[in-house]
Amino acid sequence: MLSTQPEITIIGGGVVGLSVAMGLLSAGHRVHVLDGTDGDARASQGNFGLVWGQGKGWNFEPYARWTSDSLAAWPEFARTLTDLSGIDVALDQSGGFEFFTDADEMDEFAGMLAQQQGHLGNRFSHEILSGDEMRKHMPGIGPDVVGGSFSQLDGHVNPLRFLRALRRAVKTLGGRVTMNATVQAVRPVSGGGFDLKLATGNKTSAEKVVLCAGLGSAKLTADLGFTTAIRPQRGELLITEKLGVRLPFLSSTIRQVDEGGVQIGGTKADVGMDDRETLDVMASLASHAVAVYPALADVRVVRAWGALRVMSPDGYPVYAQSHHHPGAYLVTCHSGVTLAALHASVLADWINGTSTAPNLEAFDESRFTVSTAA
Amino acid sequence: MKVVSRFQPPPESGPKVQFVFEDEQITAPQGISLAAALLAHSGNATRRTSTGAQRTAYCMMGVCFECLVDVDGVPNTQSCMTVVRDGMVVKRQIGLRTIQGGDYV
Amino acid sequence: MSDVDLIIIGAGPAGMSAAATAARGGLKVLLLDEQGHPGGQIYRNVAKNGTSRSWLGKEYASGARLVEALDNPHISTQFGATVWRLDDGPTVVWSKSGTSQISTARHVLITSGAQERPVPFPGWTLPGVMPAGAAQILMKSAGMLPRDAVLAGSGPLLYLVAAQMIDAGCPPKAVVETQTPRMMLNALPHLPKALLGISTLFKGLGLIRKIKAAGVQRYSNASDFRAHPNEDGTLAFSFQAKGKETHLNCALLLSHQGVIPSTHMTRSAGIAHEWNEAQQAFQPVTDDWGTTDRTGLHVAGDSAGIGGADAAAAAGELAALNILQLCGCLNSDTRNQRAAKARAGLLRARSLRPFLDAAYAPTAETLAPVDETIVCRCEEITAGDVRQSMSEGATGQRQMKTSLRTGMGPCQGRMCDATVRAILCAPRNTATDSIAPPRARAPIKPVTLAELAALSKIQAGAD
Ligand SMILES: Cc1cc2nc3c(=O)[nH]c(=O)nc-3n(C[C@H](O)[C@H](O)[C@H](O)COP(=O)(O)OP(=O)(O)OC[C@H]3O[C@@H](n4cnc5c(N)ncnc54)[C@H](O)[C@@H]3O)c2cc1C
Ligand code: FES
Repeated sequence: MLSTQPEITIIGGGVVGLSVAMGLLSAGHRVHVLDGTDGDARASQGNFGLVWGQGKGWNFEPYARWTSDSLAAWPEFARTLTDLSGIDVALDQSGGFEFFTDADEMDEFAGMLAQQQGHLGNRFSHEILSGDEMRKHMPGIGPDVVGGSFSQLDGHVNPLRFLRALRRAVKTLGGRVTMNATVQAVRPVSGGGFDLKLATGNKTSAEKVVLCAGLGSAKLTADLGFTTAIRPQRGELLITEKLGVRLPFLSSTIRQVDEGGVQIGGTKADVGMDDRETLDVMASLASHAVAVYPALADVRVVRAWGALRVMSPDGYPVYAQSHHHPGAYLVTCHSGVTLAALHASVLADWINGTSTAPNLEAFDESRFTVSTAA
Repeated sequence: MKVVSRFQPPPESGPKVQFVFEDEQITAPQGISLAAALLAHSGNATRRTSTGAQRTAYCMMGVCFECLVDVDGVPNTQSCMTVVRDGMVVKRQIGLRTIQGGDYV
Repeated sequence: MSDVDLIIIGAGPAGMSAAATAARGGLKVLLLDEQGHPGGQIYRNVAKNGTSRSWLGKEYASGARLVEALDNPHISTQFGATVWRLDDGPTVVWSKSGTSQISTARHVLITSGAQERPVPFPGWTLPGVMPAGAAQILMKSAGMLPRDAVLAGSGPLLYLVAAQMIDAGCPPKAVVETQTPRMMLNALPHLPKALLGISTLFKGLGLIRKIKAAGVQRYSNASDFRAHPNEDGTLAFSFQAKGKETHLNCALLLSHQGVIPSTHMTRSAGIAHEWNEAQQAFQPVTDDWGTTDRTGLHVAGDSAGIGGADAAAAAGELAALNILQLCGCLNSDTRNQRAAKARAGLLRARSLRPFLDAAYAPTAETLAPVDETIVCRCEEITAGDVRQSMSEGATGQRQMKTSLRTGMGPCQGRMCDATVRAILCAPRNTATDSIAPPRARAPIKPVTLAELAALSKIQAGAD
């Protein structure tokens, strides 16, 4: 496809970078994705695969809306992705639970959901259920569960197939993806454009760059005049042997992958770039799973791992254009799976500055400087 | 169809145990692994993968997980790491395991 | 306070000799092994079999001495105990009969040995195809003799199993060797050094003579292995030898291409590993005494690099002497003096290795098999799938794993890591150490959620 649009270089080939690439390619751009090495911290290879709204943005309305828009856009996005990649990402948006074994925690969460409901009105719906109500619908739920919440918009995908599907889709759309192309430094060129220095020693230049390198972005933000501090937050997960039966629920901490294994997760720790799995957390994740669904007791864990979330100072996404260096964009977020449907569509309008572009001012990095000044 | 064992029968002497494999009573020398007892019994597969492929014990040292069978109701048990016991009830592991109260929609 | 001075993981020659040396030197030792009896793979069931299965040979029976030495009040043993996690401390988490325990020690010595190199070819997942070492385990542990078997592949163990089968009265139907004349040429320069291990070399030649004398059909320079099932459950094995396709029917096809260190434990513990080009395998980086870059963690025997039983026993002794010195039971002069004999033994035992590694190198088709071959047995992924994923951009084992699920099944990559790596390296044909070893994570053997959950209760109670 011949295109008159300038080529855009995307730094980072995780789910965020590839989703953005897909959107830009669909909008007619030429796109080159530069991705790092096998050993990089890659949230896209270690995540939980949720397409999830419950609780998101309860105290930040723009995020609540943005997430809700993405949930609505996912079915169409999943279809497009399958068409382009030949891979079914196993999207299942039939609703999700949060389980609680502590009544106070549950009350607190119910309060958050009420606020989220306030932001979203009829675009969101949720129920708060007692433990007994849950056990009535799902007899296998354990006696220690005091209750929980349900939202029918929540769902999940197979996160690993999702990543592979994105990579294939980008290629189908004519995008270039170069692996082992860690960008070491970016230098804005006077008069426009950028020079990129790769760790391999090679150099390349770009008219526009979108920085989507997850935790790797932290080293490059300053080069492009961005100020957002990006930090890792470790999450630990377990995965079990595959089961030939389906669990009767999906929750944000226990979910069954379409292939059959049960994934258990949801922990948070600020431990820098350490992505090791720890015994304490493994044991508490296992306890949680057995408390929620006792029939899982004799199911074997085949692997545990830690993965690092990509976090901005307030945990919400950052969509920013460089004021100093026009043509440079920063896109970073946690929940890159959930938000992928928008990253692969309307975010391209925002980068193009078209009139239909969503208003993403609330996600600009200026919010960090404003809040520290305040 | 029963495939003849790929091994010569184990020595006759010594103490024996009896166990059940798929409704058949099997006698095996005491102290050997369940995988060995099953290999001595027949040359057939002892499990099927989720795609239906036939497999049986391979490495005999706990590495490959091909020897998985159901032992006394415990699915996916490594038979090469399990000593055969009197009265064991053993079944082939057919496809993926289930859990108690399984068969959900 | 630690539970014991030294935890040794693995009761093969390295672990047994280390345990005895450490205990004699005054250390309190806990020896753990997943198997039901001491002996490791080589001396499996040796205490029980004694000399009753004489066809296993004198070498095998000699293992009994190592087992006897475990009878020491300073040594406690746990068999059927599977270690599934190591932590700094050092701390060892192990499972026995469905319950996990946490043991601490001042030092941990990993002597978890080796596994057979996976030998993938079309049909290697069929019932009836087994590693030669597995058949040997059945001979040692159950007295079960292979029937109507073909031995195929390369390496000293292939000849040893053939000789044991001959002595036991069930000679193999054929020995199909993949060794090429070129490999022997590559090995020749190592011969002078190998003379130090001349007795082992002679034993090896003796085995080959025995196979010849028994009139066993031998094929050399064989390639293109394929197995198909026959109607009656036997196997149709085909291969190329001397430029023509050969077919053999057999009940058992016993393959072998050497052994590689078991590194799940050392990798999951975060110990640095290096690529051993001659042995085509990763091994932990250790010094002369088996010390690693992780405080308190030591490795000896085949899990530190393949050297065989005699080398393992010597290395175990050296590691134990060093740990005795680190614990203040020996000064370094005494350690060095007492180490002299084991060091000489190690040197002798290892002298033959470079020759053997070159002469019996794994073939290219074993390392990187043809497309239709299943590579990951657990997830049923073929070599073709791996190559396809490479063409989509996967450049390392982690990307391969996440894009295809290779190594995500219960064996955790033990049967496919080596193959995936070789396929990744093949087209570039460059320094193979540019591809990092795959990450190993706890639990390195599956444990149930209930067993894991029980640990959280123990810990909460201990707070
Ligand atoms: C434990 C855990 C659970 C999660 N669960 C969910 C969930 O259920 N639902 C959900 O929506 N989200 C979830 N997430 C978040 C989601 O995984 C991330 O939002 C998403 O993967 C981030 O994608 P990314 O592309 O920004 O970063 P990454 O996936 O880390 O990708 C960054 C890429 O950039 C490359 N790179 C880095 N530096 C450079 C450089 N200098 N030059 C070139 N390339 C470079 C790297 O090689 C890598 O490929 C979870 C995350 C974690 C850690
Ligand atoms: S036969 Fe390989 S694990 Fe049991």
